[in-house]
Amino acid sequence: MTDTRPAIAPNPPQRAIRLHRELDRVWTDLPGWRGFLTSVNHGTLGLRFMATAIVFFGIGGVLAMLIRAQLATRDGAFLDTALYNQIFTMHGSIMMFLFAIPMLEGLGLWLLPKILGARDMAFPRLSALGYWCYLFGGIIILLSLLAGVAPDGGWFMYVPLSGKTHTPGISADVWLLGVTFVEISAIAAAVEITVSILRCRAAGMRLAAMPLMGWYMLGTAAMMLVGFPPLILGSILLELERAAGWPFFDILRGGDPLLWQHLFWLFGHPEVYIIFLPAAGVLSTIIPVFARVPILGYGAIVAAILGLVFLSFGLWVHHMFTVGIPHMALAFFSAASALVAVPTAVQIFAWIGTMWAGRVTMRLPMLHVAGFFLTFVMGGLTGVMLAMVPFNWQAHDTAFVTAHLHYVLVGGFVFPMLAAITYWMPMICGRFRVRALGEAAFLLILVGFHGTFFLMHLTGLLGMPRRIDVYPDNPEWEWLNLISSIGGMVMSAGFALFALDIAMQWLFGRRSRRNPWRAPTLDWAMALPAPSYNVASLPGPGRDTADALLPLARGEGLLPGAPRGRRETLVVDPGSGRPDHVAVLPGNTALPIVTAATIGSLVLLMLAGLYPLAPLAILAILWAAWRWGRIMGTADEAAPIPVAPGLSLPEHYQCRNTLAFSGAVALLVADGTLYASLLFGVAFLTVIAPNWPAPDSGLSMLDLWLAGGALLAMAGGSLAARLAESRRTRPLGGQAALAGILAAILGLALLAGLALQLDDPTRHARNALRGVLLGHAAVHGVIALMMGLRSLADIRAGRVSRTRRGAAPVWRLFGDFWLATSAVSVAVVVLQEVLA
Amino acid sequence: MLAGCDGAFSTLTPAGPAASGIALLWWVMLGGAGLITILVLSLAWIALRSGPRATVERPWTIWGGLAFPLAVLAMLVGFALWIGERMIARDDGAFAVQAEAYQWGWSFVQPGPDGPVRTEGVLYVPARQPFDIVLTSRDVIHSFWVPQLGGKMDAIPGRRNVHRLQADAPGRYEGLCAEFCGLGHAAMRFEVVVYDPSGPLPDLAPLPQGSASAGGTAP
Repeated sequence: MTDTRPAIAPNPPQRAIRLHRELDRVWTDLPGWRGFLTSVNHGTLGLRFMATAIVFFGIGGVLAMLIRAQLATRDGAFLDTALYNQIFTMHGSIMMFLFAIPMLEGLGLWLLPKILGARDMAFPRLSALGYWCYLFGGIIILLSLLAGVAPDGGWFMYVPLSGKTHTPGISADVWLLGVTFVEISAIAAAVEITVSILRCRAAGMRLAAMPLMGWYMLGTAAMMLVGFPPLILGSILLELERAAGWPFFDILRGGDPLLWQHLFWLFGHPEVYIIFLPAAGVLSTIIPVFARVPILGYGAIVAAILGLVFLSFGLWVHHMFTVGIPHMALAFFSAASALVAVPTAVQIFAWIGTMWAGRVTMRLPMLHVAGFFLTFVMGGLTGVMLAMVPFNWQAHDTAFVTAHLHYVLVGGFVFPMLAAITYWMPMICGRFRVRALGEAAFLLILVGFHGTFFLMHLTGLLGMPRRIDVYPDNPEWEWLNLISSIGGMVMSAGFALFALDIAMQWLFGRRSRRNPWRAPTLDWAMALPAPSYNVASLPGPGRDTADALLPLARGEGLLPGAPRGRRETLVVDPGSGRPDHVAVLPGNTALPIVTAATIGSLVLLMLAGLYPLAPLAILAILWAAWRWGRIMGTADEAAPIPVAPGLSLPEHYQCRNTLAFSGAVALLVADGTLYASLLFGVAFLTVIAPNWPAPDSGLSMLDLWLAGGALLAMAGGSLAARLAESRRTRPLGGQAALAGILAAILGLALLAGLALQLDDPTRHARNALRGVLLGHAAVHGVIALMMGLRSLADIRAGRVSRTRRGAAPVWRLFGDFWLATSAVSVAVVVLQEVLA
Repeated sequence: MLAGCDGAFSTLTPAGPAASGIALLWWVMLGGAGLITILVLSLAWIALRSGPRATVERPWTIWGGLAFPLAVLAMLVGFALWIGERMIARDDGAFAVQAEAYQWGWSFVQPGPDGPVRTEGVLYVPARQPFDIVLTSRDVIHSFWVPQLGGKMDAIPGRRNVHRLQADAPGRYEGLCAEFCGLGHAAMRFEVVVYDPSGPLPDLAPLPQGSASAGGTAP
């Protein structure tokens, strides 16, 4: 096949070592502990994410061993029930939120720029902010276990059990606030992974021809943008109910415990595929390398990914088959749940076909791929079984489900991650591994895993429910549990050996040559271990495989070196990969950790119940956010940057469709999903929950006037933002920005007036939901206000110009979003009043 | 192996039509899943062991990935729907009892000789006829499960869930709470006493907890 992409002439070759020094000076972390606190480099942070996730995996594994020790005999020798409940809740929560999700985020951050041919992710500071939120949140959750006040309601925290009545104290608050804190990192990662894949690829790399890992991660990130907001909303609502008594789940006051289950599983089921897709991406990357052939069925796999993303949002109800839902809904969700097996089967057969077409060398990563096949196939099949409603009614909430989910998650995530670690270790540490240890670890993990979980299916069929700590009257379950416990210990030994193997490789392995697996992808087109800047010059048409290693190192690719002393990477058109502009990325800064600390202070104040002090923390967060916006404008009017002979591109300051703009759009997708989930909550409670209609709200025409006035103010603000952008260089631009700010303040004041009129939110769920709608509008009003202030400051300081727009385009986006969601909220309330 | 399938909570020793139907579904699915596992792993094994071989995409992704699972799933979903249809509660005036779950126990109301009788931890129902359990909860979510009779159904505060079961023969069957409900979850068990409807009604005095013998044996 001939390359039809427009050619980009090569830059003249330079001495590679000089380029390396020039780039490393710009891209490397600060030395010592300051580097630890201020790094924003995707390589550093990706590895740090993964290392931290592996530590949490170890902690979650120790908790699992405590569970297995307790269940080995029917009288469960040593844990009391209260502690046991904390331990299984923490095992699940840690493995899901502190291991699996951060692990895949770390892999994405670390790998994507390398495999797509960029120097960093689109938002380096956001990588760092995500990491610190994850670390701080994880530490808060972990400390609660040491303090004996860990969450104990099961990892899906069903209400009313997790409500204030049945779980007084702070254990549930630790889960709700801690996990939400950690999820900031998930949203951050989702935004930057989406934007990086769409816009930070090698020049000329078409979307439809990018490495499959890109497609998998794009699917993952899209699912995270849509999947996490329902959980975040549910956590906010439950925390509001616990802390302020707003009844969203309290049946007596118009709430419904099933609303929590819907919100949780709207997140929880896509979550399984969020975890599976990156792992499948690893398989689609590794298998062709060891089979020495290109992947079979690229198009079919991309279609399967898109199918999975779509289908996974249509089957959350299969976690709720026993809550008493309508007959037809059961049939629909059962069929949909079975259907999701199809895109998975497409991938499995594509992988087998790839191995069939090639000649597979069984190196250690391929052993873990074999572990995936041996485990995941069975997990998928038991998943189809559980999708069948009658069988689900028997197996639900038994050890059968425990076995199934471990087959899926260990088979579909842990084994591929072990493959990924062993595959990319030479790039991470520049060394080969020590022989034999890895194979022994693999065998122990495989045997231990199946020893633990294979017979657990039978344990469940014999009636053993989940989450019990003793079973004194059921000797028939004892031998099965004992076998599972022994298997668990073997598996633990395997993981310990795996960790030892990695440590040995890091410390004692011999130096690896470049591209040791002879892989085709761009991630191997660099020196080992991977340098801070990845590639000395960026790949382009004809130089976008691992074979381009030397020309890229000599600076023959695009944008060679760092002659301007700044971190620069190429931004391309999302579909075609046509070079669009050059992004100037931020360097080392403590702003992310400071911001995470301000958010953490808010979380801690709420946990301590010191609500009067919370506004201080919010002010601190706003101060930090203000500092983030500083890089949106610049006073420099730079000439176009020479990227390649005959190709010069503008800086991102001189473009409208910047990475920041794309990121704002991605963030608004998540934000919009959060709002849609809230509307779902309003509709669900209004229609389904008992104890409706609510008592008379006492709303009057005055409130309609207030709401109408607020909407007019928001519309004025949106208009002003447009004027501020289009007239930015003239005095009129500054006046428009000022008008927009005043409009935002007026809108917020009118919202405050509405808040005073609102019926007591603790009285009924309807009022509480209106309170949340109002709060949602207020938060976005503050965001719009901040953006207006940023635009005004930039205009006044001459940091925008005829070619440079600063923050105004993003201000418009958020202003429009504020207006649109508020208008819908007003319409919803009016509708409720009219129908009541 | 099957000797291990005994026990009062075994779904594999069914004692009612719903549990029997599900057990049949399970054995069918186990057979199918076993065959598919062997098929897929054999293909993977052959693919791993030797090669390279000339191959094209279509048989793998279209036939293996699309057509094969679609055909199997269509048959399976149809079969499961057919099994499931027969165990849905419907409005036909069946024998009805009430079950109220609480932390941590079960309170039942069932017809007695002189009108409804409330019992704690023991439910009395007639054999060989369908009965509906009307499930409610006093506090948190619980789940009513008698594995030998059929599937489980949640007891949710503010809701009335109706669950239909039937026992083939008189006897005692054991049940438990399947939804995690706090400190007393593991011990939240109950007993279903199935009596012969043609004989005299049993004495509905609540039995002391823990006196239950293994399920399925005649009283």
